[in-house]
Amino acid sequence: MSNKINHSMSLAKPDALDITTKQKVALAIGITGLFILTLALLNTNFPNKALFLTLSLGFIIIGTVIYSREAYLTKLEGIKNDGQWFKSISSRGVWGWILGLVLTSFYIVLYFYPKYLGLRQGVDGGNTGLISLFDPLSQLLSGRNASQWFVYGTLYTLAILAFGYKFILKYRHNRYQQIRTVSVMFFQLGFAFLIPEFMYVMNNDLPYYDLKSIWPLNYYLFDEWSVNAFLSNGNIGLALLVFGILSIFVITPILTYKFGKRFYCSWVCGCGGLAETAGDSFRHLSSKKISAWKLERWLVHSVLVFSVVMTTAMVYTYLGYDKNDFWLTRDVFISFIIGFLTLVFVSVMYFKRQELGKDARAGAIGFFITIVLLLILHFTGTTEHVFYIKSGALRSAYGIYIGSIFSGVIGTGFYPILGNRAWCRFGCPMAAILGFQQRLFSKFRITTNGGQCISCGNCSNSCEMGIDVRHYAQKGENIVRSSCVGCGICSAVCPRGVLKLENDSMKGRINPTEILLGNDVNLMDLVNQK
Amino acid sequence: MIVIKVLTNPSTNNLTNNQYYMEHIVIIGNGISGVTLARHVRKLSNKKITIVSTETDYFFSRTALMYIYMGHMKFEYTQPYENWFWKKNRIELKKGYVKNVDTNNKTLQFAEGDSLEYDKLVIAAGSKPNKFGWVGQDLEGVMGMYHKQDLDKLEEYAPNNEICKRAVIVGGGLIGIELAEMLNSRSIPVTFLVRESSFWNGVLPIGESEMINRHIKSHHIDLRLSTNLKEIKSDENGKVKSVIIEETGEEIPCNVVGLTAGVSPNVDFLKDSEIELGRGVKVNRFLETNIKDVYAIGDCAEQHEAIGNRRPIEAVWYTGRMMGETLAQTICGNHIEYKPGHWFNSAKFMDIEYQTYGWVFSERNKKDEEAHFHWKHEDDTKCITVAYHKDTNKFLGINTFGIRMRHETFDTWLTEERDVDYVINNLSEANFDPEFYNKFEKDILSAYNQNLQTA
Repeated sequence: MSNKINHSMSLAKPDALDITTKQKVALAIGITGLFILTLALLNTNFPNKALFLTLSLGFIIIGTVIYSREAYLTKLEGIKNDGQWFKSISSRGVWGWILGLVLTSFYIVLYFYPKYLGLRQGVDGGNTGLISLFDPLSQLLSGRNASQWFVYGTLYTLAILAFGYKFILKYRHNRYQQIRTVSVMFFQLGFAFLIPEFMYVMNNDLPYYDLKSIWPLNYYLFDEWSVNAFLSNGNIGLALLVFGILSIFVITPILTYKFGKRFYCSWVCGCGGLAETAGDSFRHLSSKKISAWKLERWLVHSVLVFSVVMTTAMVYTYLGYDKNDFWLTRDVFISFIIGFLTLVFVSVMYFKRQELGKDARAGAIGFFITIVLLLILHFTGTTEHVFYIKSGALRSAYGIYIGSIFSGVIGTGFYPILGNRAWCRFGCPMAAILGFQQRLFSKFRITTNGGQCISCGNCSNSCEMGIDVRHYAQKGENIVRSSCVGCGICSAVCPRGVLKLENDSMKGRINPTEILLGNDVNLMDLVNQK
Repeated sequence: MIVIKVLTNPSTNNLTNNQYYMEHIVIIGNGISGVTLARHVRKLSNKKITIVSTETDYFFSRTALMYIYMGHMKFEYTQPYENWFWKKNRIELKKGYVKNVDTNNKTLQFAEGDSLEYDKLVIAAGSKPNKFGWVGQDLEGVMGMYHKQDLDKLEEYAPNNEICKRAVIVGGGLIGIELAEMLNSRSIPVTFLVRESSFWNGVLPIGESEMINRHIKSHHIDLRLSTNLKEIKSDENGKVKSVIIEETGEEIPCNVVGLTAGVSPNVDFLKDSEIELGRGVKVNRFLETNIKDVYAIGDCAEQHEAIGNRRPIEAVWYTGRMMGETLAQTICGNHIEYKPGHWFNSAKFMDIEYQTYGWVFSERNKKDEEAHFHWKHEDDTKCITVAYHKDTNKFLGINTFGIRMRHETFDTWLTEERDVDYVINNLSEANFDPEFYNKFEKDILSAYNQNLQTA
């Protein structure tokens, strides 16, 4: 597991890099915080829940803060990756697997067995166990008891804040990293955690809506119950629904054009936020093999096709047949969707055929599969059934397989095994859409600095999306990849100053070269212009 | 991604009339020079290619060895191509130590007993660490930091600070400071013996060199300037026990000694061949040796006459790559000279990145007409030195520490022969630091203007 020659099977490796006494104390404080949560999980009935919740969350934060300060502030500014491939927890060692197992079990219980967390298990229908410990905070914010999602949201936010602080210290010489991390901390705390609670206080009929969670990442946004809830809430609800539609069709394309998909994936998104903060210690674990890249492209685009078809099917089931009910009938809707997809497909093929190369075929296959599925849907679908399956069952299957298992159990639970962006890379349909735009219509690229690359591999090693950055850098070629989330760590760890994230003109953005800058100019001309 | 187009046109194979016969190109050495050559030959032709190495099975980036010891990377990540790449591109890999090169019969003889025939031979055998005949230089625990085997040895002798209580590094160059950084990452105390009065001051101007001295010390490394090694002492088991300092006679107990006093061409295996050797393999501007169909590239090649301000032997990653790119053309029928463009290089000194474009010489080596403008930030981790011709003001080159700059911009300015005023006034165009970083061009400009007034 480790690279070192003297492998040891013991948990406490004799020559692992030691942590200081202060860090041990910090760890103990943090673990005490977690221990209180564990006690609550085991149905310990704390006398003063508010106090113990505060103690628990406080201990976790204080522990992380002390630990991080000792880890980074005692050293000079710079890259702090010493020993990341030696430590058991960050090199798929025993501790890594244990952590993966714990996280995975937590997700399974959270999604499928919330009663074990104490959801409404009390005699009066109130919460017990872990969830009841969070009741005081939930009461404070929105005047209602906690749910498993509130517990999850709180812990999630806590993780982003505490590990975000750690990350900021780790990269205290790098303002891009600091600002980006403050941004994900802000969006998580404000948009995902606090604002939805306050919106509930103001208007408790509105569905939970995290404004920054955009369809298709927010896969249920256009479901009947969600749309009905919006529509039954007058102008605010309608405005929110319109915002949701504008987000995916207008706002994100413009921002992606200007800044690349990083504006979302590593500055705003909650999944990205957790990956960049709590998941930072696992970024080097993502596979850089070409085979992984191939799998990624099939998987993430299949999820996208699935998600487009499913969402269309969901909307389709609750639309009427008759124009007199509402102008948006099934016929109009399905024609609109097919028309829109065709427009996108044709314009891409017309304007970007050359750039796509061999990928054009895969793109065409994806497009035609989508259209065929939509047509089948149209000609076989009824109010109850789509694709001859009960629509409710299909919908919940989608929620379970994509929403729960892929994004939660595998995506986050497997951080210590697959790296911190497994979901973003292999499963997120939003990332697929933004990536498609980034690859074809964006000013963003990672510029390679002439001939300065020494092929050391630090960039590829630390790419959480599994991009073999070096493959491009050592050819003097800019990196324009749909999966790049623009975290900027490749640029940070480069020992020779070769990589820079930039927004610049579209022209000359993709510049493959065979002979690098620094050699004979005539030879460069001869070979590179072929 | 890594797909190489194969041109199957037999006319590119113009050295033989028989289009079914594949000319056999044998490359000794699987470093950046040899591998670049092989890749380019494969792109241009259908020739049979064999790369011979005794060091590792597959090409890896030598410059990244340090990151393995520091735990940043695994060895496999230092390999720029996945293992299937070679077979896919029909580049044969042969592990073996070349004992003798018989140029009359165009045959390599291996220490393992077998042999290999070639039509064209490319020597890209790289360097080996210098040893200057110190007493005890071959003891257990004494090592260079060049080969993969050196790394394995370091892992054995310096796994942690209990087994290696102190390490002494001899030689203040790029490898020496990297080795210091490596050992430091495992909290092993380091004494760093540097012969010069200031770190790397044969290359760096004094302001830069002194800033790096301070930076090394701030990492708690025991830097000893103007200090030479006298001898390495052995314990009863033939292992390193201590070193003796030449100047003071002081004995420093240690468990590991790193010899990093430069490298020299790895050409000993050619001593009995007819290939002309100097310090390295003597080559002309076409990278051809005195023997027909035998070429040399990379660290081990020595030009008969230095090219411009370059040294006859250039042991640099980039020049090795460029020689490989160039020689591939010659081997595939487009006979061209090795004609490198503007000089550039880079390195990292612990936490401080260094880049250079054009020529900036140290006080020790610069000519009279080379003048310097030096600016240093008050935090003592960033500085630049701009070299210019003191009469014509022509911009000659720049060293930059802690501020990344754009290769392309300086390459253009050097070609356009800009003057120093232009460069300083337009420095922000060349900035390559990440977004949101503090910019220092204004400070630099005002320091420059102030300098002009006082000068």
